[in-house]
Amino acid sequence: MLETRGLTSFYGDFQALFGIDIHVNENEIVSFIGANGAGKTTAMRTITGLLPCDNDMVTWKEKPIGQLRADQIAKLGIAMVPEGRQLFPSLSVEENLIIGAQSKRAGFWTLAKIYELFPILSERRSQGATTLSGGQQQMVAIGRALMSNPDIILFDEISLGLAPIVINQIYDALPDIINQGLSAIIVEQDLNRALHISDRYYCLSEGCITLTGNTDSADREKISTAYFGI
Amino acid sequence: MVWVNAIIQGVLIGGLYALFAAGLSLIFGVMRLVNIAHGDLIVLAAFLGLVVTTTLGFHPLTALVIVIPVMAILGYVLQYVLLNRTMGSDILPPLLVTFGLSVILQNGLLEAFSADPQKLNAGALETASLPMGSLNIGLLPLLMFVVAVCVIAGLQWIFYNTALGRAFRATSDNAEIAQLMGLNKNHVFSMAMALSLAVVAIAGIFLGTRTSFDPAGGPARLIFGFEAVIIGGLGNLWGTLIGGIILGVAQGIGAQIHPGWQQLAGHCAFLLVLAIRPTGLFPKVSH
Repeated sequence: MLETRGLTSFYGDFQALFGIDIHVNENEIVSFIGANGAGKTTAMRTITGLLPCDNDMVTWKEKPIGQLRADQIAKLGIAMVPEGRQLFPSLSVEENLIIGAQSKRAGFWTLAKIYELFPILSERRSQGATTLSGGQQQMVAIGRALMSNPDIILFDEISLGLAPIVINQIYDALPDIINQGLSAIIVEQDLNRALHISDRYYCLSEGCITLTGNTDSADREKISTAYFGI
Repeated sequence: MVWVNAIIQGVLIGGLYALFAAGLSLIFGVMRLVNIAHGDLIVLAAFLGLVVTTTLGFHPLTALVIVIPVMAILGYVLQYVLLNRTMGSDILPPLLVTFGLSVILQNGLLEAFSADPQKLNAGALETASLPMGSLNIGLLPLLMFVVAVCVIAGLQWIFYNTALGRAFRATSDNAEIAQLMGLNKNHVFSMAMALSLAVVAIAGIFLGTRTSFDPAGGPARLIFGFEAVIIGGLGNLWGTLIGGIILGVAQGIGAQIHPGWQQLAGHCAFLLVLAIRPTGLFPKVSH
């Protein structure tokens, strides 16, 4: 469904990705594993159109989308939960969720469904979004992405900076979300969690894919080697 | 009594300054763009009003029906075609481009309308007044003030109660993430400029009915607008209204002391606020 071919990306003169080939099938969860600076976030930012790339480097449902703007890509059904939540501070919790539905895609997820999934957000709906705890903010960020009824969600550093108990809550909610017929790419620091939740993995190191495979047959030692790029 | 009169006149003229400032405040709030050509666009709107009133025989206030949409469309196109190309993390390019635009507008208007001062003829409205005790309040200044309050209230309502306002706030918070929500940054910015120039249209028509104007008059209006915005606190629309009123009252009191002190008193009030509270009187509270 989503595919990259020879994906490269630059920050000015600095090349961050050196020809990455990945694909994500329908209803599949894929994880990106790798150290800081390996290019995981860059890959996600390039796929979602925040960083430029050649048109045929990214294809979505057999169509090249590399040169589309981020807002056009969002409307095609590719959503991202960015690293560090990045909620809109001037908007209330509810407004943050509503703006997620800006791309006007119909589907399962509505405001009521999000409040059903995360009841605490319903209680806090009129509060400023950034007055919430880190975990609640992550719920808003996930809800905001779901409101566009995407076909795929890219989760960047889903548990970074959250308390372990909150991370468990978020991971408990994930199957409910994915079961609505979604695909996902997950970036997660915790290797065990990443392998547990996903069907396949890509190991990134210094802007290249060093290892890939199914998570049920994953060899931890090989992954560790690939992870550190030794 | 002359002092009470001076203050009341100052408050009413403050409404006009708030109209000068509201559009400026709006686009700065949404996209951190400082529009140096803002004053010249106000003068352009006044000249547009002149063309509509003289060719179609409209009353200046009726001319708003044409001038507002024309200026709004101009704003959208200006932002979409020109200014969006200059937007980025650096605030200098849009500053330079709007400065250039200001020069072009002044010279273009000079070429088209000559340097003669012009005025919009509002007929009986110009001299009509309401007796209030021993004072007479001019109907036109009062109308200007009421319109200014309505415009600010309207902008406030758009900002906090509509999808457009939500898009403005989200894009202002974080343009990149707003794009991930499916908001086209270029369109949102262009809508903000369209709204800004719709307010400019109202400001221009009132400017033209209250006083004479000429192609070189833009920068002075820009200064008043800036001062009102800074006094009130950046990004706070009601603060901008208060800023305009403070500016107007200071000028009124200055003029009462000595006619030559009118402008100076306004600028002094501005400097005083800047010295004591550099963030303005009512800076926007961050959530």
